[in-house]
Amino acid sequence: MADLSIKLAGVELRTPVLVASGTFGAGREGSYFVPVNQLGGIIVKSTTLTPWKGKPTPRMCETPSGMLNAIGIQNKGIDHFISTDLPWLLKKDATVFASIAGNTVDEYIKVADKLRTGGRGITGVEINISCPNLEDHSNMFSHSPESTTAVVAGVRKALPKAALFPKLSPNVTSLTEIAGAAIEAGADGLSLINTLFGMAIDVEHRRPKLAGVTGGLSGPAIRPVAVRAVWEVHNAFPHIPVIGQGGISTAEDALEFILAGASAVAVGTSNFVNPRSSLEVTKGIGEYMDRNHVASVAELVGSVKTEG
Amino acid sequence: MLLTRGEVLGHKKYGEHYHSLTIVAPEVGEQVQPGQFINVLCGEGSAHILRRPFSVYRVHKRGGWASTIEIVFDIRGAGTEYLAHLRPHMMVDLVGPLGRGFALPKGRAHCLLVGGGIGAAPLFFLADDLRNDGHRVDVILGARSNRMLLNPIEVRRLASVARVVTEDGSTGEQGRVTDVLEETIERCETEIIYTCGPHPMLEAVTKIGVNRKLPVQVAVEELMACGYGVCMTCVMPLKVKKKAGAGKSRARGARTSVNADGSQADAEDEVTYARSCTEGPVFNGASVIWNGHEEPVAPDQAELSPTGLAVAHGGFEDSADEHPPPGN
Ligand SMILES: Cc1cc2nc3c(=O)[nH]c(=O)nc-3n(C[C@H](O)[C@H](O)[C@H](O)COP(=O)(O)OP(=O)(O)OC[C@H]3O[C@@H](n4cnc5c(N)ncnc54)[C@H](O)[C@@H]3O)c2cc1C
Ligand SMILES: Cc1cc2nc3c(=O)[nH]c(=O)nc-3n(C[C@H](O)[C@H](O)[C@H](O)COP(=O)(O)O)c2cc1C
Ligand code: FES
Repeated sequence: MADLSIKLAGVELRTPVLVASGTFGAGREGSYFVPVNQLGGIIVKSTTLTPWKGKPTPRMCETPSGMLNAIGIQNKGIDHFISTDLPWLLKKDATVFASIAGNTVDEYIKVADKLRTGGRGITGVEINISCPNLEDHSNMFSHSPESTTAVVAGVRKALPKAALFPKLSPNVTSLTEIAGAAIEAGADGLSLINTLFGMAIDVEHRRPKLAGVTGGLSGPAIRPVAVRAVWEVHNAFPHIPVIGQGGISTAEDALEFILAGASAVAVGTSNFVNPRSSLEVTKGIGEYMDRNHVASVAELVGSVKTEG
Repeated sequence: MLLTRGEVLGHKKYGEHYHSLTIVAPEVGEQVQPGQFINVLCGEGSAHILRRPFSVYRVHKRGGWASTIEIVFDIRGAGTEYLAHLRPHMMVDLVGPLGRGFALPKGRAHCLLVGGGIGAAPLFFLADDLRNDGHRVDVILGARSNRMLLNPIEVRRLASVARVVTEDGSTGEQGRVTDVLEETIERCETEIIYTCGPHPMLEAVTKIGVNRKLPVQVAVEELMACGYGVCMTCVMPLKVKKKAGAGKSRARGARTSVNADGSQADAEDEVTYARSCTEGPVFNGASVIWNGHEEPVAPDQAELSPTGLAVAHGGFEDSADEHPPPGN
C-alpha cells in the first residue's frame, strides 16, 4: 500500500484527503460513518466571534449535479468550538483545521486571538473570506485584494505561528491577483475553491428557491471550474501549497485536483450523499499510486502534462 | 445510524396514488422508532445527487427472520420516480434510522393521531407501537380528495375512533382535519396529539391543541441535504423560553439546540434554528415558529410536555451532539 502521508505547509498529514468546511460539522455526526483519525484532516464549520443564527429556510435546493445553499454560517461561536468541539476532536485523535469567518476585519482578528490562546492542538487555520464585509457595502472580503490583505495580515499577526490557508472565492475576475494578495499578506497555503454564486427560481410561485435569494453552488457541477482555479494558481505560485476542493466525490476527481497542483484535497457536498466518500477517495488514491508505482503523493502534485 | 444496502422485497400500491416499497434492512428495522426516517439514494451517477428522506411507514418483524422496513410515497420528481421503478431483488442504498422520533407516553394515555395526505406515513408505525404499549389510539386522516388518503381502511382497523375527512367530500366527511379536531378531542378524551402533514395543517392542529393545554408532537418535513446533522440546511425556527433549571426536564425537543450553547444562558427568549434531521423531525408544536419570522403559537407552552406522560423512548434528551457514537 502506498504511503499516503503528506506535508502541507510544513505540517504532517496522514492522508491528502480532508473534509471541507460546513460539510462535516465538527466531526461528531460524521464519526458515525468515518473514524475521524483516518482523515487527512477535518476542516470544521466556519466559526465566528459570537454565535450566528443563520438565514431563514429554505436554505438549499438541488440543481443539476449539485446544490445551492444559503446557510448564513449558522454556528455556535468560537468559544463553543474551543470549549466543546476541539477537545472532542483532539481526544479522537483528529487532525483539526479551524475555519474562521467574520463580518469585519476586527472580528476575524478577535477569533484568531481566541485561537491563539485556546486553540492548542489545531493543525491549521482556514480563513473563510467569502463573507460579506459590512464595512465595505457588504462586498465579500475575497472580492478585493485590499480586503483580502487586511484580513489575512490581521490574522497573521494574531496567529504568528499557525499554518494559515485563506479560502478564496472563485467569483472574481482574477483569482491569481487575490491569491497573490493573500500570499503577500502571510498565507502559508491557499484553499481553493469556495462555492460559486448561483440562483434558482420556482417559476410556479415566481419566487427564488432560496430564502437568501442567491446561494453557493457546490457539488460535481463546479468541479471543472475548481480544477481550473487550482491549476491557474499553482502555475502562478508553484511553491504555495493548495487544498483543492469543489465537487470531489471519487478518487479520480481528487486526482484531477492533485495533478492540477493541489497538495491536498477536501471532500465537501459528497459527504451528504455518501457519508463515507472521504475514505473511499483515500483508498482509491492509494490504489492509483500502487497501480502507477508512485511512491508519494508529492510526486503527483502539479504533474499534469499540458505540453507535448 | 447506518449506511447500508437493502434488498427490495416488495413494491405495491395503496390506492392509485401511493407507492410502497418494502426493504430488507434488518439492523435499521431493529433500531428504528416511530417518527424516524431513512435517507435513500435515488439512482447513481445521475444529475440528482442528493438522497431523499422518507419516514418509516411500518416495520415488519417476522419471527426469527430479518425485519423489513416499509416506506410509502407519491411521485413528485426524479427521486420518487426512480423509486417507483424499483422491483423485488433490486438494491437500495440507504442511511438510517435518522432523526428523533415521537416521544411516547409512559402511563396509559388517549392518543390522537392527525395525518394529512402522505404526511400520515409515520403515524401508522406510531399507532402500531402505541397500541402494543396499551394506549388508546384515535386517528383523524385527511386529504384533498379520496385518492390522496393514505390507506384509510387500515386506519379504521387501527384506531378506536377513526375520522376520515376530504376537502372535496369524495370520501368520509367533507372538510379539513381541523374542522373535526375539537369534537374528536372531546369525544375521545384526548391527552396527547401527534401530527404530521403540511405545515399549515401542523400549525392549525398545534393551535387547537395548545389552547386545550394538550401536548402536541409535530413531525415536519424540511428540505434536507445530508439528513445526519452536518449541513444545517434543514432547520426549523423554534422559540424557547428560558427558565431557571428548565434544562433538566425531558420531552422538550425545543430547547436542546439552545442549551447546547452555553454562551446565551441569560437570554429570556431565544429564537433558534434547530436541525430537523437530528433534533427533529419531531418537535414540540408549541415551540415552533411556523411562519418563519413571527411568534410561535404559544411560547408559554413551550414548557408543555406530554404532561404526566413521561417520555418512554425516542424522547428529547440532549441532541446527538452529546452522544457521540461508541468506539471512535
Ligand atoms: C423527514 C422526512 C420524511 C419524509 N417522509 C416522506 C414519506 O414518507 N413519503 C413521501 O412521499 N415523502 C416524504 N418526504 C418528502 C420526500 O422526501 C420528497 O417527496 C422527496 O424528496 C421528493 O423527491 P423527488 O426527487 O421525487 O422530487 P423533487 O424533484 O426533489 O421535488 C418535487 C417536489 O417535492 C417537493 N419536496 C422535495 N423534497 C421535499 C421534502 N423533503 N419535503 C417536502 N416536499 C419536498 C419539492 O419542493 C418539489 O415541489 C419526507 C421528507 C422528510 C424531510
Ligand atoms: C451546506 C454547505 C455549507 C458550507 N459551509 C461552509 C462554511 O461554513 N465555510 C466554508 O469555508 N465553506 C463552506 N462551504 C463550502 C465547502 O467547504 C466547499 O468549499 C464547497 O462546497 C466546494 O466543495 P464541494 O463541491 O465538494 O462541496 C459549505 C458548502 C455547503 C454545501
Ligand atoms: S439535513 Fe443536513 S443538517 Fe439536517
